Amino acid sequence: MAEQLTGSEILVKALEREGVDLIFGVPGGAILKAYDSLYDSSIRHILARHEQGGGHMASGYAHATGRVGVTIATSGPGATNLVTPLADAFMDSIPVVAITAQVSSGSIGLDAFQETHTWGVSMPVTKHNSLVTHADEIAATVKEAFHIASTGRPGPVLVDITKDALAGHAEFTGKEQIDLPGYKPSVKGHPRQVNAAIDMIMASERPVLYAGGGTIRAEASKELTEFAETLNLPTVTTLMARGVIPDSHHLALGMPGMHGCYTASTAMQKSDLLIAIGARFDDRITGDPQFFAPEAKIIHVDVDPAEIGKIRAVDVPIVGDAKVVLEQLTERANSVLDGDRKPEREEWIATLDKWKADFPLAYDQDPDGYIQQQYVIEQLHELTSGDAIIVAGVGQHQMWASQFWGFERPHTWINSGGLGTMGYAVPAAVGAQAGMPDETVIAIDGDGCFQMTFQELITAAVEEIPVKIAVMNNANLGMVRQWQKLFYDSRFAATELSATNPDIVLLAEALGCVGLRASTPSEVRSTIEKGLAVTDKPVVMEFVCDPDAMVFPMIKAGGNNDIIYMGPEDL
Amino acid sequence: MHHVISVTVENKPGVLARVSSMFARRDFNIHSLTVGPTEDPARSRMTVVVDEPEIEQIIKQLYKLVHTLKVTEHKPGEAIEREVMLIRVNADASRRAEILEAANIFDATAVDVGATTITFEIVGEPGHIADFFEIMKPYGITSLVKSGPIAMARDTKSGARKQKRKS
Repeated sequence: MAEQLTGSEILVKALEREGVDLIFGVPGGAILKAYDSLYDSSIRHILARHEQGGGHMASGYAHATGRVGVTIATSGPGATNLVTPLADAFMDSIPVVAITAQVSSGSIGLDAFQETHTWGVSMPVTKHNSLVTHADEIAATVKEAFHIASTGRPGPVLVDITKDALAGHAEFTGKEQIDLPGYKPSVKGHPRQVNAAIDMIMASERPVLYAGGGTIRAEASKELTEFAETLNLPTVTTLMARGVIPDSHHLALGMPGMHGCYTASTAMQKSDLLIAIGARFDDRITGDPQFFAPEAKIIHVDVDPAEIGKIRAVDVPIVGDAKVVLEQLTERANSVLDGDRKPEREEWIATLDKWKADFPLAYDQDPDGYIQQQYVIEQLHELTSGDAIIVAGVGQHQMWASQFWGFERPHTWINSGGLGTMGYAVPAAVGAQAGMPDETVIAIDGDGCFQMTFQELITAAVEEIPVKIAVMNNANLGMVRQWQKLFYDSRFAATELSATNPDIVLLAEALGCVGLRASTPSEVRSTIEKGLAVTDKPVVMEFVCDPDAMVFPMIKAGGNNDIIYMGPEDL
Repeated sequence: MHHVISVTVENKPGVLARVSSMFARRDFNIHSLTVGPTEDPARSRMTVVVDEPEIEQIIKQLYKLVHTLKVTEHKPGEAIEREVMLIRVNADASRRAEILEAANIFDATAVDVGATTITFEIVGEPGHIADFFEIMKPYGITSLVKSGPIAMARDTKSGARKQKRKS
């Protein structure tokens, strides 16, 4: 008979069994027992300053490493503070396991101290969740949670464990089986559909490969690039897929959509065949779906059958894992080509090249004017040789970072795409850096975002996690201001932060970081050089930026993607 | 249009909440939902009647729930559908015989008789129940409760075409 352990000891053993090396969390009353057992474990616990921070750290860790991120919180407010990071991870299909404590099973429903119906609150923002009330259910539930979070379409899973289950006793045999008869994600695409897809691609004159975040989650970078090359397929990468094919690749068209490149958006619009892989026809890509890519047939590959046909009717649906299906597609393509030359698509590729030349991403940096954010991003890229993991918040800085960085490999771009969570960058960067200690991790953040979660820089300083934060301080909620300028007659209601913005350099120092500031364009490079030289503690580099700069190209929300505004003069 | 779907789920705590929450957050309208045990104690079965045109998306979203085992849409005529209604009507002495006569035609059973009312139980296809409701309406209905339909696919294996059609 195996030794009797406490539920909390079983929890820690179950986490260790999953290979967990890092946990981000905040303790509290109901979860105390779990922390007491964690104290004896080799798992490193990083004490966040807020549960939301801990949740985003787990997500940043998962983004950067491709492994499951783990966050832990107590009952009640601890658990409710996880709602935003869980919703964020759910929208972007990020594998995260959240462990929360619940009041004792006998107190559930009696409005006990720090009681919240966590299971109910988290249900709509998780892939799956469970309430555990007995010590002997903990090991199997944790095993299932990691399995569900990391397989199929990944996503967050929450395990809520009562205080008495953590304190109770049970055996830990290590032989728990996953018992999920209703959960069987498809992996391999149906061969008939794969064949139909290749026939359709061979007949297409203007195909576009539309790579979404699913290609990153499925570790399909190599397979995607190989497939694109096999059939000469121009490729767009969505905000969640940046880096899955190198931006320097001759077939890469960049990001499409609301603030995408002209060529990427227009290629989709004029295409006769979209091959969507792990993408979900998000409204930021399609605008009004009724005007989106009107001549295109659709091949849609997704591991989640519910995405297929959700927004756009599909001609060839393929349910399966992006990596596996891409291998199947390439294999079939090679057998159909049978040594023949691949389709040249000369006319289509020449058209795309002409658009690239005629409508590049552009900005002006006046040497005597305000710092432009695009300039900062380009200098960061140059001074790191592009060899860094970039993390963004949400807003103008996020769009410019995606447009101007030039991503060459997957897992180097971490942002909140679906939920659009301001304040994501600082904690996500801390999580990414903790998971990838040998990489340079740079958060490109706005001053509005920064003020939502900067307290996690205390975590970074205390835990010696040397993230670099570039705060693009335009003293405004820039993207909202841009919309006010364009669509609300320049009535800047509640978007100006300047009167109350703190001194970011002093603040950084107070948080235990190095604080640096560039106020003019000529100071940008030296500030970055100084910031990059610091490797033993976090650095905050503040760039005093142009409050009136706007992100272009731009397609109006819910608009027709044929109408792309290249600058304010077009509106 | 009504769609009738059967959802076989693992018999676990909260599974009904998961299903109803999914319908709510996807903005799918539930017309009726019944749930109960099956021949296998580890499984429950729900019959959901929905008004949505997007039935394919509903089925896919149901399958995304980890505890969902099987989802079947019942096309009209391919399933046995049954509903129970309890209906209490005004029935003073002058109309009692007439009401009982009508109920007899519909195979409705009087299950409670008061001084001025009769309560009937009626089991049958939803259309049959609706017809009985229309017949009773002129007498004055004082109380009514319906179970919502339950459904089971017909056994279409050869030689098994012996179902009794009730209604």
